[in-house]
Amino acid sequence: MEGDPIKLLLVDDERAFVDVLCNRFKRKGLSVSKAYSGTEAIRTVREQDFDVCVLDLKMEDMDGIEVLKIFKKMLPSMAVIMLTGHGSERAARAGIEEGAYDYLTKPCGFEELLAKIQEAVAEKGPDA
Amino acid sequence: MADAVRGSQTRYWILLIIGATITPLFLAGIVILYLFYDAHQERATTHLEELVEKHKQNIDGFLDARLTDIRMLASSFSFEQLRQEDFLQQRMLDLQRVHEPVFVDLGVIDESGTQVAYAGPFLLEHADYSDASWFQNAMQREYFISDVFPGLRGFPHFIVAVRSTWKGKPWILRATIDLVAFNDLVEDLRDSQTGSAFILNRTGEFQIAPPPDLMPSSKFVEELLHPDAGDRREIRVMQRRDQKGRRNIYLTTKLKEGSWLLVYQQEVSEAFAEFYNARNVTVLTIALAGLASVAVAFLLARKMVSSIADAEQRTQMISQQMVETGKLASVGELAAGIAHEINNPVAIMVEEAGWIGDILEDDDWATSENLQEFQRALQQIKTQGTRCKQITHKLLSFARKTDERTQEVDARALVEEIVAVSAQRAKYNNVEMSTVFEPDLPMIRASLSELQQVLLNLINNAVDAMLQTGGTLEIAVRSLGDDLWIHVKDSGPGIPEANLERIFDPFFTTKPVGKGTGLGLSICYGIVTRMGGEIDAISEIGSGTEFRIRLPLHREGVEDDGEETAAAGRGGEA
Repeated sequence: MEGDPIKLLLVDDERAFVDVLCNRFKRKGLSVSKAYSGTEAIRTVREQDFDVCVLDLKMEDMDGIEVLKIFKKMLPSMAVIMLTGHGSERAARAGIEEGAYDYLTKPCGFEELLAKIQEAVAEKGPDA
Repeated sequence: MADAVRGSQTRYWILLIIGATITPLFLAGIVILYLFYDAHQERATTHLEELVEKHKQNIDGFLDARLTDIRMLASSFSFEQLRQEDFLQQRMLDLQRVHEPVFVDLGVIDESGTQVAYAGPFLLEHADYSDASWFQNAMQREYFISDVFPGLRGFPHFIVAVRSTWKGKPWILRATIDLVAFNDLVEDLRDSQTGSAFILNRTGEFQIAPPPDLMPSSKFVEELLHPDAGDRREIRVMQRRDQKGRRNIYLTTKLKEGSWLLVYQQEVSEAFAEFYNARNVTVLTIALAGLASVAVAFLLARKMVSSIADAEQRTQMISQQMVETGKLASVGELAAGIAHEINNPVAIMVEEAGWIGDILEDDDWATSENLQEFQRALQQIKTQGTRCKQITHKLLSFARKTDERTQEVDARALVEEIVAVSAQRAKYNNVEMSTVFEPDLPMIRASLSELQQVLLNLINNAVDAMLQTGGTLEIAVRSLGDDLWIHVKDSGPGIPEANLERIFDPFFTTKPVGKGTGLGLSICYGIVTRMGGEIDAISEIGSGTEFRIRLPLHREGVEDDGEETAAAGRGGEA
């Protein structure tokens, strides 16, 4: 991470989970923003650009896939890593068709998530 | 107990089948025999009647002819001529020439009963017949045929006499008939082994006697002579037992204008021999058919009962399977619910622990003397959290949340892949793995990830079972009909019979606490059953366990989801 820190957006309605991940990513030197709902996430993306977004597919106010579609229109350069409940692979595959980078099955660990984020950024290339 | 029920069921069916086949056979046999007996008896009796009738005509005809001979003689020549012995001798020779040896002698008798001329072998000239009953009878009518009697000569014989008149005085020409020649006529009737004939006169004396051993009792002779009033038949037929107990048929008819009675007797067994033969053949046939149906009854009943038992067993198995499947489904739902609820809190707890770990790396904490203890505790929290996560993963797999999409799967490639994955662990534990593939295995339509899961589970279990001992593990794949069979056979310690029934139950495990969830085989069971297949295990303590999976190659109603699985491959399930 020589240049600017990775700009990460965490979207999940499980607040405690978002909070602790936020702390840990920040500590790893990432620039992290949090959103506790789909609408809040969309509002955040409107105000600010991100390199990567970790998006929970199952939230109370909005379907994650819908949020993904909107993200792809608003900020196509942002890589979206989806979090799915165990056994919801079908939805995850639908997400990939909509342009998501990849998916992880919840509950996923911090290290796993970090590796996936770094992978996404590396693939996108420094120019993007 | 089941055997006893089977036995009584078998007996019941045997009796039923025997009853149903033999009863009509038996009835038909009786009816056939009865009808046949009727028809045959009539035919046989008619035959005998014809025989007797013919002989009656022969005998009567013989007597008539002899009478005519004598009448011709009496009317052709005068008393004067015939009383000359030479002339009579000449006539006798003439008669014998024609009817050799029928006529024994000729005699001319005057009205006083004195034989005035005689031609024959005996010395009977001038014999006096005035007291002889035949003479008295002959004088009263034109002609007369006597009964058999010994007479003056002392041999049984009978006489044909014709009365004529010369110069107003009656005279008689008589001839003696050779009884031997007459006997031959009657003997002709004895055309069979037990048949014989005899002749009675009105008073019951034998004119022609039957063989000594067939002599009828005097009481029976009475019965023969005096039939029931009203019986006007020309030929009467009756059956009686003789003194020796043999059943005979008797036919009687009148001879000589009713003065003699011709009796023909034959043993019923011979007279109706044809019927008895037919009856024996029929009885034998029915007996054989009966035997055959008894044999068939035995075979059929046994087969029927065993197939009924099989069907019952299948039904029982199916209902057991349904219970099992139902149990799995409800446990699955519950498990999935719990797993979902627990997943997030566990994840948060693990992340918070991770966060604490991050903070502990700061300098002000790095010097704390309790740092190591903190770190150990945090590691423990992470480890246990991971364990929770694994459990919930398995629970969710169990609740059918795996990738169920089907595709054409090459069973050989699948097995080889899984074996390769497990090879390291097997080698480490001294387990020698081998594979047997039938050549040209067909492709099977199934969910790849599900099949992987099943195989991996079985192989892991097998290796677990042989951890201490090492051993062999053979995976065989073959196709049979419309099914694909996968056998996973280890040489481990085997599963006790009591456990064998429960291995597919959810949460049943014999592994140490924390080492197994008891869900692996349940999941396999669920997957295989959903695919329309079957899984079972046979095990022998000390020699090993074999899991057998049957998977249908083609399933109705299963279609390709049309999606590639490559994308899913990028995901992975941690």
